[in-house]
Amino acid sequence: MRKGLSWFNVTSIALGFAFLYIPIVLLVIYSFNASRLVTVWAGFSTHWYWQLFQNEQLLDAAWVTLRVAFLTATVATVLGTMAAITLTRYGRFLGRTLFSGMVYAPLVMPEVITGLSLLLLFVAVGLDRGFWTITLAHITFTLCFVSVVVQSRLVTFDRSLEEAALDLGCTPFRTFFVITLPIILPAVVSGWMLAFTLSLDDLVIASFTTGPGATTLPMRIYSQVRLGVTPEINAACTILIAIVTVVVIIASVMTKRQEMERQKAERMAAAEA
Amino acid sequence: MAVKSGARSSGRWLVVTIPYLWLLALFLVPFLIVFKISLSQDAIAQPPYLPTFDLSEGWAAFKDAFGELSFENYGYVLSWDNEFIEAYGSSLWIAGISTILLLLVGYPIAYGMARAPKSIRPTLLMLVILPFWTSFLIRVYAWIGILSPEGLLNQLLIALGIISPDAPLQILATDTAVYIGIVYSYLPFMILPLYSALEKMDETLLEAAADLGCPPFAAFWKITWPLSLPGVFAGCLLCFIPAVGEFVIPDLLGGSDTLMIGKVLWTEFSVNRSWTVSSAVAVLLLMVLVIPIVFYQNLQAREVEGR
Repeated sequence: MRKGLSWFNVTSIALGFAFLYIPIVLLVIYSFNASRLVTVWAGFSTHWYWQLFQNEQLLDAAWVTLRVAFLTATVATVLGTMAAITLTRYGRFLGRTLFSGMVYAPLVMPEVITGLSLLLLFVAVGLDRGFWTITLAHITFTLCFVSVVVQSRLVTFDRSLEEAALDLGCTPFRTFFVITLPIILPAVVSGWMLAFTLSLDDLVIASFTTGPGATTLPMRIYSQVRLGVTPEINAACTILIAIVTVVVIIASVMTKRQEMERQKAERMAAAEA
Repeated sequence: MAVKSGARSSGRWLVVTIPYLWLLALFLVPFLIVFKISLSQDAIAQPPYLPTFDLSEGWAAFKDAFGELSFENYGYVLSWDNEFIEAYGSSLWIAGISTILLLLVGYPIAYGMARAPKSIRPTLLMLVILPFWTSFLIRVYAWIGILSPEGLLNQLLIALGIISPDAPLQILATDTAVYIGIVYSYLPFMILPLYSALEKMDETLLEAAADLGCPPFAAFWKITWPLSLPGVFAGCLLCFIPAVGEFVIPDLLGGSDTLMIGKVLWTEFSVNRSWTVSSAVAVLLLMVLVIPIVFYQNLQAREVEGR
């Protein structure tokens, strides 16, 4: 049996990646189109980007979105990590099945249901809808994603390190911050980023739970997209794509470096022993 | 020592309680509210439904309000005169076809990635995940420019002389565009579980089969496919369940006759302003999806916790 890639494997990977990337590449290219007609190429221009920076509605929406995403990611990371610890460390406890159900269900729950149910809750308790209700809604559905990411790191974790610290008299609280957290940090960081981009991206839940005065960027883009494709939206999308790409690449380089350092430390420890 | 274990259990108690209460208050309670409102009647009031429970008016009023609840909205939604049942059926159909297409497109890609040299696998994986990080809305939007009658696909086909300029392909605003949109947007969700199942597979099994004279295609059906089934199930559920309730894709790419329940719910809520009917639609949608959701949860819990 021949190992490695067959022509079939190479073709399917190439076609798959072409399918994934060509639409995005075209979108980026046409954001530099001089013509107002998006589908007719009329030469290179950065006109639409300048236009974009004068569009105050869009800039406002971007600012709201960034604040929501930042708050969401931070709170969701704390809560999601707690949920992950609960599910991987605490064994059986009363109501565990319900808890794990509530952690996994939002991962696949259709957004229209989550959005509608949260809106009805906010109405029922008489909360003014706007910035804070969007943030609460986003924290709720993103914390589940964080929890899954962190759990997958916690289960491969060598618990004897924690036990050693506890045996030597370290408090559980300190053990978490000195031993556990540094080891699971890459997962916590990627959980934070996942929550951040999910919040940045969300249209449906935000549309349900928002109120007057709080319009997020996806909501603004969506209402313009319904009127048709414009190069200005292409430009806005290109900027978003650029931000996300840079963040993801930096994060993956960081995780890789940390992983390599960890392996190096392990090798040195093994050599000393 | 007693003090220490006390501190330990109270810390532990907090770690469990905070996310637990959060999810109870913002995930479970909202569903109970949706269920309650689905049993109420529309009213011109604030909030726009009746009855409202108010304990301050005493127990008798509370009990009266309870008596006013009815399944009327369910009768309305499930009546053949309205297009709800059709919308449920067509959502399941569109999501089902899309899931099959996703599996057909995703499997060869995941398979190729799992067989690629170890050194380039992380890069390939990253290339699959990267589009997933960019906005869902942007990715759907990108297809409008490609599929529209004067769009890039038609321009290309006309330039190649495959179709005539007078009769461009009408893909945008049809179900085909919805399939393309769903397959495109959900592809990473299909590839990742398939890849992680295929990557774990022991290559020597295939070598043994080949040594014993098994042709490659038979070896695939007898060894690779069964071993990848957990990934197939996870990928299909991960795509199928959210696709049934999809709203953005049918709204932007589908036509006016593309009937999907997510869009119907949205219209019922934001255009017809009937909170009670949209709640009933949501409860029924959840009931349709509860079996795949529970199945997925078990799969996920086993995957994450059972290693």
